[in-house]
Amino acid sequence: MSVLAVEGLRKRFGALAATDGVSLTVAPGEVHALIGPNGAGKTTLIAQIAGALTPDAGAIRLMGRDVTRAPAHARARAGLARTFQISATFLDMTARENAALAAQAFARRPLNPFGAVARDRALNAAAEAALAQVGLAGRGDMRARALSHGERRALELAMALAGRPRLLLLDEPMAGVGRSETHRLTETLQALRGTVAMLLVEHDMGAVFALADRVSVLVAGRVIATGAPEAIRADPAVRAAYLGEDG
Amino acid sequence: MRAAAVLLALAAAPPVLEGLDAGFWVVTLSRALIFAIAAMALQFVLGRGGLVCFGFAAFMGIGAYAVGVAYANGVEDALVAFPLAMLAAGGFAALTGLAALRTRGVHFIMITLAFGQMAYFAVTALSAYGGDDGMTLWTRSTLGGFGWIEGRWPLYYACLGAAAATWALLRALGASRFGRVIDGARQNPGRMAALGFDVRRAQLAAYALSGALGGLAGALLANHAEYVSPAYMSWHRSGELIVMVVLGGAASLGGAGFGALVVVALEEVLAGWTQHWRIAMGLIVLAVALFARDGLAGTLTGALARLRR
Repeated sequence: MSVLAVEGLRKRFGALAATDGVSLTVAPGEVHALIGPNGAGKTTLIAQIAGALTPDAGAIRLMGRDVTRAPAHARARAGLARTFQISATFLDMTARENAALAAQAFARRPLNPFGAVARDRALNAAAEAALAQVGLAGRGDMRARALSHGERRALELAMALAGRPRLLLLDEPMAGVGRSETHRLTETLQALRGTVAMLLVEHDMGAVFALADRVSVLVAGRVIATGAPEAIRADPAVRAAYLGEDG
Repeated sequence: MRAAAVLLALAAAPPVLEGLDAGFWVVTLSRALIFAIAAMALQFVLGRGGLVCFGFAAFMGIGAYAVGVAYANGVEDALVAFPLAMLAAGGFAALTGLAALRTRGVHFIMITLAFGQMAYFAVTALSAYGGDDGMTLWTRSTLGGFGWIEGRWPLYYACLGAAAATWALLRALGASRFGRVIDGARQNPGRMAALGFDVRRAQLAAYALSGALGGLAGALLANHAEYVSPAYMSWHRSGELIVMVVLGGAASLGGAGFGALVVVALEEVLAGWTQHWRIAMGLIVLAVALFARDGLAGTLTGALARLRR
């Protein structure tokens, strides 16, 4: 059974068909990359999968469960974790607090009104583990505001991992990150391979071809090709529509 | 430490004021403490929750009316009337919050204002309970038949106890898992949902609790004035409560309470000087909004920290 199955998804904004009959699947443990030129509808598609937008037609299944109309928090509880294109960390909280808050969502009694959360051992331990997983061990006491851009991207990833998701939805994790940090993030994701399935939207082709088991190409709201990275690289239609532009 | 010092100073106030031959200030200070309870409750949703509620006076008014209506029906005991006030106001907050929390920003402000006005017009139509004129309470609430808040001092200490308990409760809540969720929901509700939190449910719980504490403040206010009136629910009062919170410092619980004390005291002093006191008050609010973005409490603590260095 697929971790994620998208079937015939459609979303219109006036005359524009932003998502025009998209179907794709992500298998357990698979890294599935979604690429496409700007304006292809990647962000709209991600928003529908995560629950920020409701599709006009089609279905979205997580772990076999229909979540097409479920709110975002219910999808997260069903095993979907996401990162955002523009870093969405809580800037006034420390890195540890950010990760602990993410772990709290999946702890027993997430809204417990008793006890001081700052001294919550279970949450702090889960937070430290998630920070270590993305190379932020030792950064726990820094405010998210004070972290570098690349570190903040890593923190987002730690927050996504803290809930032990089945599927990671990564919306341009390398956006605006320098070369060496891109390399570090790619290594971090490489280390996660097999433990969690990923749907990776990314412009950095180096990262895409290093990480992806399969690649889908989205152009004008449609998937024009899906296949192994080598097959996609060689596909003439893809080259014409997309890769040809920047080599 | 600071909290203990403030509590001690407030506890010592009645004998000191009496000694200075200014005993009437105990009455004003009691009223200020009642508004401090309301301001702290409002701060929990406004400052911490980021939800600008423009109908908080309705919670206070409903609390006051619960005491008044119970009294008119022969129930004078605080053990019944006070929980009733908190339940009624908390229930009203929960029901209206269900609708209001579907909106954000300006729409949230408008919808809470609308609910507040609905409550206001509902009580003016309660002709059995005085309608427009309100109703007088001939005695204060008893406690197990005992007149525990008859007289200036007992009422003052009851208000002080309630304010201290409110502060302690909201402070503990703010530091809990629940509090962190409310913090996160203010900073980035979309992110909280993506993490798996049912943001609206958490905010509704905070809103209902805030309403219940508003009800407690209203119950005390009814006893303080020995009178209940629709004016308690007017939208001016809701605005005044926001002014208290922002003037004191919307970012902190203590700041909001401090803001209430300052506003009530200023009203008393300025109104003694001139009938145009609202103009002076406006200028003060303007100055704080322009030059002390963290409110009076934020500016004071900043100045204290600089002095110590």
